[in-house]
Amino acid sequence: MTTVTDQFLPPQKPSEAVSGVTVRLAGDSGDGMQLLGTQLTNTSALAGNDVATFPDFPAEIRAPVGTRAGVSGFQVQFSAEQIFTPGDGVDALVVMNPAALVTNIGDLKKSGILIINSDSFGPKDLKLAKLDTNPLEDGTIEPYRSIKVSMSKMTLAAVEETGLSTKFAGRCKNFFAMGLVFWLYGRDVEPTLRFIEKKFSKKPEVAEANRRALKAGWNYGETTEDFASTYQVPKAELTPGTYRNVMGNQALAWGLVAASKLSKKELFLGSYPITPASDILHELSKHKNFGVRTFQAEDEIAAICSAIGAAFGGAMALTTSSGPGIALKGEGLGLALMLELPMLIVDVQRGGPSTGLPTKTEQSDLMMMMYGRNGESPLPIIAARSPSDCFMTAIEAWRVAVKFMTPVIIMSDGYIANGAEPWRIPDVSELPEIKVTHPAGAVEGEEFLPYSRNEDLARPWAVPGTPGLMHRVGGLEKQDGTGNVSYDPDNHQKMVQTRAEKVARVADFVDPIEVEGSDSGTLLISWGGTYGACHTAMKQAVAEGVSVGHVHCRWVSPFPANLGDVIAKYDRVLVAELNSGQLLTLLKSTYLVDAKGLNKVKGKPFQVSEVVDALKAISK
Amino acid sequence: MNAELPVLKAADFASDQDVRWCPGCGDYSILAQMKKVLAQTGASQENTVFISGIGCSSRFPYYMNTYGMHSIHGRAPAFASGLKSTRPELDVWVITGDGDALSIGGNHFMHIIRRNMDVNIVLFNNAIYGLTKGQYSPTSKQGAVTKSTPRGSIDFPLNPLSIAIAAEATFVARSIDTNIKHLVKTLTRASEHKGTSLIEVYQNCNIFNDGIWDYAKGKDTKDKSTVVLEHGQPLVFDGGSKGIRLNGFAPEIVDVVDDDHEGLLVHDEKSPSNQLAFLLSRMRHPEFPEPIGVFRAVERATYDDQINDQVDDARAEQQEGDLTKLFNSGDTWTVE
Ligand code: SF4
Repeated sequence: MTTVTDQFLPPQKPSEAVSGVTVRLAGDSGDGMQLLGTQLTNTSALAGNDVATFPDFPAEIRAPVGTRAGVSGFQVQFSAEQIFTPGDGVDALVVMNPAALVTNIGDLKKSGILIINSDSFGPKDLKLAKLDTNPLEDGTIEPYRSIKVSMSKMTLAAVEETGLSTKFAGRCKNFFAMGLVFWLYGRDVEPTLRFIEKKFSKKPEVAEANRRALKAGWNYGETTEDFASTYQVPKAELTPGTYRNVMGNQALAWGLVAASKLSKKELFLGSYPITPASDILHELSKHKNFGVRTFQAEDEIAAICSAIGAAFGGAMALTTSSGPGIALKGEGLGLALMLELPMLIVDVQRGGPSTGLPTKTEQSDLMMMMYGRNGESPLPIIAARSPSDCFMTAIEAWRVAVKFMTPVIIMSDGYIANGAEPWRIPDVSELPEIKVTHPAGAVEGEEFLPYSRNEDLARPWAVPGTPGLMHRVGGLEKQDGTGNVSYDPDNHQKMVQTRAEKVARVADFVDPIEVEGSDSGTLLISWGGTYGACHTAMKQAVAEGVSVGHVHCRWVSPFPANLGDVIAKYDRVLVAELNSGQLLTLLKSTYLVDAKGLNKVKGKPFQVSEVVDALKAISK
Repeated sequence: MNAELPVLKAADFASDQDVRWCPGCGDYSILAQMKKVLAQTGASQENTVFISGIGCSSRFPYYMNTYGMHSIHGRAPAFASGLKSTRPELDVWVITGDGDALSIGGNHFMHIIRRNMDVNIVLFNNAIYGLTKGQYSPTSKQGAVTKSTPRGSIDFPLNPLSIAIAAEATFVARSIDTNIKHLVKTLTRASEHKGTSLIEVYQNCNIFNDGIWDYAKGKDTKDKSTVVLEHGQPLVFDGGSKGIRLNGFAPEIVDVVDDDHEGLLVHDEKSPSNQLAFLLSRMRHPEFPEPIGVFRAVERATYDDQINDQVDDARAEQQEGDLTKLFNSGDTWTVE
């Protein structure tokens, strides 16, 4: 059996330079679209493009084959310019079956290319997609430049020599599609060949079949008359440095590991599996050589409680979850704030309420994180704005947690958790040091007061094992100073106010909010994972002559110290968020501002155009 | 035990807080015996941690001059698990009750036991909710008339020891609040056990459920209604006049004549199978004498040892984690 590794000839057809392209790959869950998307992302990033991705997959692990419910998509934008979103309209859509075609075609630009696996449009396939007519024939695809490719058959022919059964050979068709897309955009196949080599090292025949399919797809582009040219996306101008691709959950996990190193604290994660947060647990469990201990608890409650136990013992403790799990952790969160122990609570939001839309994105947990606990129980809340931003978000959250001796909530969402973008690898020596102190022992002649406070209102973190500092903590109200149980009315009021004041003071420690764009006219306010769409929309609106400024709340509790002053400078305020107006409500009640909301709850991120349209409408 | 350290007395383990249980409550005795046991076993104040949930018994940590956490209802095992996983050198005790451990905290109770986390769990069983003023609990008998069951409880009661044994417990024991000597002995055994130890203590709530354990405590009744377990010894009770033997898979009571113990069931707390321990846990008053003592004491790797071993192994095999190396793993590219 000869191998084909070295036979990818560079495209001979003329190539057209474009500044950026948005490609969406859609097929059945079992078709390997996520893999295809990841490979395209990596090779584009390695080619020096800026990239942003949006994987979109069903909650069911194996939804019925060929059905609309089973369609899995992956969108990637790669560009010669700095980009912040995976793109609005799709330039090239690859569909592997009828269900994928009808559920995705709406997002294809009129000028877009539609690449179709024409072998999967038989009567059975149409029936599975609940179609009465064949979209290849009924006019559905007419407005687009569609290219029908007999992918399944050509893949089988290409891998025939490897001796794989038809069933396994058929599975290589995503690599055929990959070859074709790679050819179309002049992408380097080397990283994918390396990937195949590594992934299938134990199954050389499968590796070889995939290589052949990739090659067949590539060659098809060169030989078919359907494509007159290829497209070239030049390198993006990015800040000099060494880059890699990161996904949000991975960047968050690495940020946590970094924070543990920077604070010389070993990390303990108590977690219960939940979509879309589980990848943080998976990633952290790999890094035991950093002193990371992961505890897969029996439930969400045990997950947070184990983390509180570890925090009591002096570890860098955290718990990770998503909406439904966070709802269960409410009582534990209340105790953590009563104990005034530093720890992190990560909420990777998904569509709600209840089980909601596990694999879709939303920002609808904000009010729960703000107020979803009994009693007066404010906590600092920081929200990551993009996949790579998760890294510094984790570090900043832990800095605040230990400085103020408080649990800190980190909010992410499904969109940034699973999305990927290039990340400039930081120089470790430039990362901030995180100072943590524990009292070393009893001071002669002084009573130890576990609830005494320093200038940040932080109490001492005295850990078990320290002689002379034995003390008891608990959920009953504390007497100021001693921490003993107290039912005294004035003491309770004082403690409630002190805990709130401590959270409020975080605003003076963290960076003030920065305005991007115009300093008068309309102010666009966003938080969390919608940064990219909002930032891009602001730039577009400004370019079109609309006076728009943009601020993005990294800390949503407390609000940045200068936010009120910034708001006062604008005539109109638009708050864009993927919920029914939660930040809007908070801003209105805090600043008495007549702000308007741009709200969307479709389980999908904002399109840039939606935000631009709203900005234009409000600015009229 | 370190000979150079000053020897602590039971009183040294008392905190400065006033004990606030009802006068006459069985909790007082358990508190007193616990302090005694810590002193006798050479425990240190700073390396001992008491973690409790919610309920009368869960006020316990406030009264101990050690580290402590009065946590939330039912979850004490979870807090203890996080603490012990990161600080395996600490002596961690969980104080819980029948409602706390078996109702709201049933899940955590089962899981800490199957993981064999090296903590000692003392379950104060008074078969009632005391702190909330007298509702029936998961160990209340059917028919129990309480504030929430005026026509009698219809819930079938749980047996804490059977649950623990089914959850693969490595140490299971039962004692009685007023049986001071036995309680001290049992707590001592538990503290010496490596792995999760569960001690069920029959505790009298003289306010809401007074006297439910009288049969096991009363001078005239206790010999007839309890059988003291001793490893390697036959099960005899009632002043040596009665014994337990197996009839097929079922225990039965037989008369013992002339100290002839031939054919009697011999206790084996180290039996690799948990069947004997389970069978003993099913012996309930009034059909049988209820076993008192150590039902099961076997060895199995603890969770806290293993989670720390994995970290040590990873460090030995992969070297201490290096951030720069981690960030640069996989494909990277340089922008000039
Ligand atoms: S209510 Fe019962 S258990 Fe609670 S302190 Fe009083 S006597 Fe003890």
